Amino acid sequence: MAEQKPSTAIEAVESGLAAQGYIASRQIATAVYLSQQIEKPILVEGPAGVGKTELAKAIAAWRGMKMIRLQCYEGLDEAKALYEWKYAKQLLYTQILKDKLGEVLGGAQTLHAALAQLHDFGDVFFSKEFVEPRPLLQALEQPGGCVLLIDEIDKSDAEFESLLLEILSDFQVTIPELGTVSAITPPTVILTSNSERDLGDALKRRCLHLHIGFPEQRLEERIVESRVPGISQTLRRQMVGFIHEIRSLDLKKLPSVSETIDWARVLVLLQASELDTEIVKDTLNVLLKYEADIEAAQPQITTFIAKAARSNVFG
Amino acid sequence: MRENIHRFFRAARGAGVHVSPAESIDAMRAVAQVGVSDRAILRDALLLTLAKSQDEKLALGDCFDLFFSQTEPPRQDQSEPDTADASPDADPAPPSGATSEAGEGQPPEGLGPLAQMLLSQDRNAVAAAIAGASGAASLSDIRYSTQRGIFSSRILDAMGLQRLRDDLDELTATNPALAERLRDALDALREAVRDTVSQGLALYAREEAENLRNEILRNAPLARIERRQVAEMRTLIRQIARRLRERYSKPRKRQRRGHLDVRRTIRRNAAWGGVPFLTAWKRKHRDRPKIVAICDVSGSVAQVSDFFLLLVHSLHEVVDDVHSFAFSSHLIEVSEILEKKSPEEAMAEIMSKVGFGSSDYGSSLVDFEKEFMSTLTPQTTVIVLGDARSNNLDPRADILRRISERSKRLVWLNPEGRLAWGFGDSEMPRYATFCTVVRQCATAQQLERAVSDIVATYQ
Repeated sequence: MAEQKPSTAIEAVESGLAAQGYIASRQIATAVYLSQQIEKPILVEGPAGVGKTELAKAIAAWRGMKMIRLQCYEGLDEAKALYEWKYAKQLLYTQILKDKLGEVLGGAQTLHAALAQLHDFGDVFFSKEFVEPRPLLQALEQPGGCVLLIDEIDKSDAEFESLLLEILSDFQVTIPELGTVSAITPPTVILTSNSERDLGDALKRRCLHLHIGFPEQRLEERIVESRVPGISQTLRRQMVGFIHEIRSLDLKKLPSVSETIDWARVLVLLQASELDTEIVKDTLNVLLKYEADIEAAQPQITTFIAKAARSNVFG
Repeated sequence: MRENIHRFFRAARGAGVHVSPAESIDAMRAVAQVGVSDRAILRDALLLTLAKSQDEKLALGDCFDLFFSQTEPPRQDQSEPDTADASPDADPAPPSGATSEAGEGQPPEGLGPLAQMLLSQDRNAVAAAIAGASGAASLSDIRYSTQRGIFSSRILDAMGLQRLRDDLDELTATNPALAERLRDALDALREAVRDTVSQGLALYAREEAENLRNEILRNAPLARIERRQVAEMRTLIRQIARRLRERYSKPRKRQRRGHLDVRRTIRRNAAWGGVPFLTAWKRKHRDRPKIVAICDVSGSVAQVSDFFLLLVHSLHEVVDDVHSFAFSSHLIEVSEILEKKSPEEAMAEIMSKVGFGSSDYGSSLVDFEKEFMSTLTPQTTVIVLGDARSNNLDPRADILRRISERSKRLVWLNPEGRLAWGFGDSEMPRYATFCTVVRQCATAQQLERAVSDIVATYQ
């Protein structure tokens, strides 16, 4: 792999992802290639629905690795993300071992001697068997490596970000009772963010920063082609052109790639062969999710269809 | 090439992208992986490792294009495409003697290397020599536009201008036609060097120039800034607001460590027969500031009030709610105007309603007490911005006392210097008795400190 020329290696990434149905721009492919080579996590930012999460899934499928997903939310803490002690099991075992405990301590004459004996087998309840691994620890323990997706990191608290730093830079975590657990094979880490809040510099510094915006027209056509194979070429061109026009409006929520794909499916389902005002009006709610947005777009529909059809001739 | 990448890091810092040593190491590792032969891939790799936001990506992309358009010679007739690799030695000798032979008209022997290079019209060699000489003259240290001249002459000196002059003198005597050609070539060279220096200035000096301008602006008295600076000041105020937001909006719940919440712990552990496996800790409740701002908009204070209101109203994330009032001879609430309109329109409207009168603190305070006293709660910080010059009318300090009693803090910001307080018709000393803090607030910097302190007391 290292002997390959970088440009061919990047193309290999691109075609590998394409085989999984993920059409990547060259920037994305470069990021994936680099993260593999210099072992750094990728922080993916961009509007909702441009395929940030899909990217992680595609990488996992392409490399044949397991994907472990950690969905972030406010209040997520290390007990849910990293590890937890199996309290109930610990409690149960102490109950079962009560008699055994008496035997062990039976020989001791003084309180001090009993305490010393207790110390000898002391940490038995804080051993690996009683640790419940949560996604982050699971990811480190995969023998064949894995893709770790930390989704919507911007939704978590600032404290959680700091917790991640050790994993992101050294691929290890420290459990006070057990010591440091290092990754068997460093996982490929993908973090996604919708930029709801600014992430800390420390976190950003440890990652490659990839911004996925709305794709160019050609790229989006290829994405639709791979995801909705049943759609005719003219319709595909027209609808993607139309969506690009829509994105030039000032809307609350611009339609992104996932909406494009949904719309393509709807159009195929309705057996449309061409875009016309009627069908667009009926299905506009697939693209736009706010009443105000739909109202803003309504008067423009005819012009946009005409424009999309015209660009079709030249494209 | 390594040298070039390092210079690119400096240029990136100039473009406002934060490049720490750790990031430059990562970038170098990435570059080592992808190589430098494919420029598009190199650009992507640098953008991925250095830029940390979309804005930075755009800035860095522009910077990359500008930077590498500089090191690339204008014409590519050499077989090796990677001319960015041209050795940045200080030695201005032409890279090969062979190319200079190919030039039209055999240049006479005994001329300096620079003269030979110019006469042979080898543009690649000239470009490489300029790049080399700018390295020797450390062009990347350029900071101000006034340094353009000195850097141009340094580069020309490094290229061997002295020798060229001697050659020129000699040729004028022996071969006037050739001397004429050389003189033209020299003029062209000067121009090329000047362009290089301007480009260098655009690359490396941006940050410095901006810092300097902002520094001056921060310390300029707000009341007297020029009209053309108003827009710049607005951007600066927005930056300040962003900084304050970042500093104070972060963690809002902090646990008070060491204080066990007994009731919640018992309830939570009911399943284990009250044996406390999970503990619950008390949390400290923190308030967000509620601000009531009362601003004098008469005459000289108006400009300061304008910036102050802009700042306070862009702190949504940090501040729970803001009520603003403006007055000169009487007082009105202006919160809604400020929320709904752009800063320029809002200020114009406020001015047309209450502005430009002679200030009457007494009757304005009466207005406030009559209508808006209910906006004050024990969590409210009241900020009064004004010069306390009441034109010898009754100051009604008793109302200010009542305001102070009903609120958490009363802060008075006065654009005048401390020396002027209490002289003429200034009622500042009488008001000051009832204020928690009185501060001078004439520049953007003082404004930032004042607002920062106000927000910090709630943390």
